[in-house]
Amino acid sequence: MSTYNAPLQDMRFVLNEIAGLKDVLALPDFAEVDADTVDAILEEAAKFATNVIDPLNPKGDKNGPHWKDGVVTVIPEYKDAYKQFCENGWHSMPVDPQYGGQGLPHLVNIAVNEMWRSASIAFALCPMLTSGAIASIWHHASEELKAKYLPKMADGTWSGTMNLTEPQAGSDLTAIRSKAVPRGDGTYAVSGTKIFITWGEHDMAENIIHLVLARLPDAPAGLKGISLFLVPKFLVNDDGSLGARNDLICSALEHKLGIHGSATSVMSYGDKGGAIGWLIGDAGKGVAYMFTMMNHARINVGLEGVGVSERAYQHALAYARERIQGPIIGDKDSITTPKPILFHPDVRRLLIDMKSRTEALRAVAYFTAGHMDKAQHSPDAAVRKQSQAYVELLTPLVKGWSTESSIEITSEGIQVHGGTGFIEETGAAQYLRDARITAIYEGTTAIQANDYVGRKTAREKDEAGNVGFTARTLYKEIAAFADNLAKDAKLADIGRDLKEATQALIDVTEWVIKIYVAEPQVAHAGSVPYLKLGGIVVGGWLLAKSALIAQKRLDAGEAEGYYKAKLATAHYYAQHWLVQGRGLAKEIIEGGQSILALDEPLF
Amino acid sequence: MKVLVPIKRVVDKDVKVRPKADETGVELANVKMSINPFDENAVEEAVRLKEKGIATEVVVVSVGPDKARDTLVSALAVGADRAILVDSGDAEVQPLAIAKLLKAVADKEQPQLVIFGRQAIDDDAVQTGQIFAALQGWGQAAFASISKVDVASGKATVGREIDGGLETLELSLPAVITADLRLNEPRYAKLPDVMKAKKKPQETTTPAALGIDITPRLKTLKVSEPPKRKGGGKVADVAELVSKLKNEAKVI
Repeated sequence: MSTYNAPLQDMRFVLNEIAGLKDVLALPDFAEVDADTVDAILEEAAKFATNVIDPLNPKGDKNGPHWKDGVVTVIPEYKDAYKQFCENGWHSMPVDPQYGGQGLPHLVNIAVNEMWRSASIAFALCPMLTSGAIASIWHHASEELKAKYLPKMADGTWSGTMNLTEPQAGSDLTAIRSKAVPRGDGTYAVSGTKIFITWGEHDMAENIIHLVLARLPDAPAGLKGISLFLVPKFLVNDDGSLGARNDLICSALEHKLGIHGSATSVMSYGDKGGAIGWLIGDAGKGVAYMFTMMNHARINVGLEGVGVSERAYQHALAYARERIQGPIIGDKDSITTPKPILFHPDVRRLLIDMKSRTEALRAVAYFTAGHMDKAQHSPDAAVRKQSQAYVELLTPLVKGWSTESSIEITSEGIQVHGGTGFIEETGAAQYLRDARITAIYEGTTAIQANDYVGRKTAREKDEAGNVGFTARTLYKEIAAFADNLAKDAKLADIGRDLKEATQALIDVTEWVIKIYVAEPQVAHAGSVPYLKLGGIVVGGWLLAKSALIAQKRLDAGEAEGYYKAKLATAHYYAQHWLVQGRGLAKEIIEGGQSILALDEPLF
Repeated sequence: MKVLVPIKRVVDKDVKVRPKADETGVELANVKMSINPFDENAVEEAVRLKEKGIATEVVVVSVGPDKARDTLVSALAVGADRAILVDSGDAEVQPLAIAKLLKAVADKEQPQLVIFGRQAIDDDAVQTGQIFAALQGWGQAAFASISKVDVASGKATVGREIDGGLETLELSLPAVITADLRLNEPRYAKLPDVMKAKKKPQETTTPAALGIDITPRLKTLKVSEPPKRKGGGKVADVAELVSKLKNEAKVI
């Protein structure tokens, strides 16, 4: 078993050099936070992740939450860790200061959140869902609901959930059937069955605040008929104390491939006449409100991909440094003085692949978080607009590309272990099993790719009506950077690979914009490879930027191993991933028809 | 009652230390530095005394470069009230000089109790607390694993680990305790406290301002890697072992 060590050096480098931490801290809203404090926060979070959360991960995997007659109990270690997590203020970190949070930038939260996800996706899901629920309430609920629920949700005394999915309504929310009937006193009787509710029931928090999508009796069909309701497990008295148990129950827990440590619940509302709920905001806007937390959730799930990749890499690296197996080709000394498998060329390939890709994923996620802060807090309207456009374009990449990559990276982690990797006791398999869900929940990869190709590219317009304006602007910026880098004395090769891949992305983008209206099916058939291409290029761009900075530092005489490693991973990434750009472009542009060519009866 | 806790910034316990190429010392460039682990126990004990209402103020003090401020702030984040940095720049400061500097600080601060870590994990000298107690003429209980302080009676009862087990000492205050790892389990800092820590009072002084000459009295000749372990061998019987010990190893 390995121990998680937060990659603080890479985190700091990406925060400072790639994601613009300095600019973010200079925003007036963050006047209270300085770089030293951010550093101290990262150090403390790293300690907590390593010592408190990471040891929980295999335990929760083996002994997940236990269901009996609607009551769900977790192992005592989970309960203790949750309590400590809340008491130490980590739970409330992302919350608005008005409700007990610290008001830190997204950029700081994202680094800390990555640590929680590396240490245990299953555990981190509970606070993640609560903070998403907090965001929805904070943005859309009445002052009364906010005052009553937010403070205790912020500090983790109560947890939160999001209830969208029903057996017949998965990716298509229009099919939602849950009902909410006015009770005549301003509250509603909510009934229906919700599935896949993460941490829908458990005994770590005193109360659980469910946000439930349901239809009012007179609601129109479709998305516009769906409203959002706040339905607490225990009703809350006016003095804030807990009252009667509401009419809702966890009727089962799911048996899953991974994230065994989290309680994925089937929730039954209103078996005895209706769970009492409160309408959030206006009727008919439930889906829009839910998306307030959905965008957050998507970035956070993308971050699960980053975190679990990092963890799998550390686990595989520790094994590769220890395991001795056979002499190393071309190294005669290794016959008499055995060397660990880390020295075998293909093990090195696997490890540098894991490392460089994880660094690329991290760079894109943090870069996006930096823009989230600017989009929300910059005093300059033009900056806010530009950053918001980047956040929207990059969110499906962070979610879709990071999670898909994490499945491959965690699988490589198993491969490094050989046969023992396939044995559960080694611990490598858990990361792959846990990673698998990340490409499914909060919008599958196809949903992300559809968003990326459609709403974020082919249907996006600026005021002047220029289609795909944001995508075109960003890719042009990358191409200009690549042009310059291709002339660099030391990094020209990275520059050339980046230039070629970017041109491939630009070509595909122009093609997509052109055919989207006439042949949307062809555009969508290639949307997942298009998302991958986007991820590779943006990730490769940020790694190339990192390499440029690392080279400058080395030239200035800084003898830091980290910079040498960064140059190596950036070179590797260019030569193994950016080079795929051309092939992907061909696949997308020429291959769409072949996907649709096999007629339905021929399958 | 005021408690003074001297803390040291050292190479992080998880870093594998390496001698410098020129063997003049340990490589410190770009190495992660943290609070000395035993000092964490010392800070924790002081903070617990304050939480129990026994101590009224916990003051942390460090001798070191300006960077040691980070270490002091980390102690402020877990509950110390005030920090003093004795900025010695990049100078080497040996235990005797540190004890003298701390005496100067203690003379000004007038603590009733000074809690040290039992040793710093960089040089492992295990001297500063003891020298300081001698300079002050105070009682000392080194390697404390249990402590109980009673201000009213002016006594501290300390259980300390010795070879044969636990020895219990009673000291009259003011006194010196040096903390062992078993004294307590240091807490994790809470996020809001981490954010507020920098705003707690901090002052900086220098060896010159305290009137202490910190010139080293000992000279480090060389710091080198321990010799690599040579391969062992098997002996056939006791007679061969004894013969080898006598004739080859020349230890008997």
